[in-house]
Amino acid sequence: MAPRPSAPRPQPIAMVAKRIIPCLDVADGRVVKGVNFVGLRDAGDPVELACLYSASGADELVFLDIAASHQGRATLVDLVRRTAEAVTIPFTVGGGISSVEGITELLRAGADKISLNSAAVRDPQLVSRGAERFGCQCIVVAIDARRRPSLEIDGNGPDGKRAEAKAAGWDVYVKGGRENTGLDAVAWARQVVALGAGEILLTSMDGDGTQAGYDLALTRAVAEAVAVPVIASGGAGCIDHIAEALAPGPEGGSASAALLASLLHDRVLTVEQIKTDLLGRGLNLRPLEIMKKSQPL
Amino acid sequence: MSRIGLIDYGMGNLHSVQRALQRLDAEVQPVRCAADMVACDGLVLPGVGAFDPAMERLESGELAAAIRGWCENDGALLGICLGLQLLFEASDEGQRSGLGLLRGKVRALPRRPGYPIPHMGWEPLIAATASPLLPAGCPEAWMYFVHSYAAEPSDPSCNTALVQFADAAVTAAVWQGAIGACQFHPEKSGQAGTDLLQRWLRWLAKRQPHQGGKQQQ
Repeated sequence: MAPRPSAPRPQPIAMVAKRIIPCLDVADGRVVKGVNFVGLRDAGDPVELACLYSASGADELVFLDIAASHQGRATLVDLVRRTAEAVTIPFTVGGGISSVEGITELLRAGADKISLNSAAVRDPQLVSRGAERFGCQCIVVAIDARRRPSLEIDGNGPDGKRAEAKAAGWDVYVKGGRENTGLDAVAWARQVVALGAGEILLTSMDGDGTQAGYDLALTRAVAEAVAVPVIASGGAGCIDHIAEALAPGPEGGSASAALLASLLHDRVLTVEQIKTDLLGRGLNLRPLEIMKKSQPL
Repeated sequence: MSRIGLIDYGMGNLHSVQRALQRLDAEVQPVRCAADMVACDGLVLPGVGAFDPAMERLESGELAAAIRGWCENDGALLGICLGLQLLFEASDEGQRSGLGLLRGKVRALPRRPGYPIPHMGWEPLIAATASPLLPAGCPEAWMYFVHSYAAEPSDPSCNTALVQFADAAVTAAVWQGAIGACQFHPEKSGQAGTDLLQRWLRWLAKRQPHQGGKQQQ
């Protein structure tokens, strides 16, 4: 009998390892927000930045083409190709992708996953066509959600609370947060997963840019509503916020991964600092030292 | 330098696998038919997507038969992700028969609260039977997984690595004869994945020449 393990090895906390995912906003092949790292030859080159984040322990990367112009598409495909050549961790590409042809082009160029946002709202079947063709694991649906204004509540309840609870929820926005679709974020998440989305990239428009913390109620509501992984985005200001978003249970966000942008780009924190701290709290993450060590042959 | 045939049947991110092998100085050529295999030292069967469409594409041409012939002739083959699952006899995911090069079936991952499916992310490998992919004494390696199904080999000793998912340790990598396969993506697993591909390429280079496909001539 060949030697085989009789029991699984102990794990820090019995759950799937959480992921830390830097997000790069790009337009016309360049990083949009000023990233001023020491040692970068070209601070605006997304590929060089991707390599840096990968080397510092990022588990995945996300590129969002915020210009998503017609002319910019060829540049984006080129960027994806160059990234795939240089980086050995998975990366997702999103922004203005609205057809199976568009998905095909970017996957063939080397992207691992495609993120659909407005196009999925316009044409939900795009999600199922993409998932049927390429598998659900490479179709991410990005949901930009904003807490519904509680103005329309009747306030009939004696304390007004029950009425508020009934009205509580989040609307799905498109076009960079300018247009309210009227869709409920939790119901929409359920719908796209039923159509074949393999992952939800959930951004709180209320939290985005505030650094006041992720919208934990939103993250938890969506994570509990769907079976696929949820990436929390929008509002991270410190490591505590990331830990909260990833924590299971009624206090946490139950997210599978945390998306980070300005916190990293502005060098408030590094991926190393975040992972070291979270590992110290007992969270299950890919450790840094293993990653750096090259295996002997 | 080994010449690797990358099986191109329209079901995968060939680019990433190709670049990963080229970074390790392998020569990579696409394989779309049996004739393309002739000059190869080893084949890689990549693949993302669903089981049935993948088998349909392999069977609709001559590729499925050519791959079976290659393996019957002791040719080296490395399956990746869906490419691992296709090596088995059948899958919970579909109706079609698999390539049947390894005995066993592919099962859906267990559904447990708090364990999202697809299982997506980095996990440490649990060593099983030592193989050229994972020789005894390998340090702990974290690899990138994206899957909703996992193989259950009839002969568990062909598992060379397992991965913990919820309350089960499921197949992460297999090895039998000259056939190896990974459920994870070595081409997306940073240094640990690069090291694994390098071990496969070195094992391949040490094999006697004119084995496998070359012998068919």
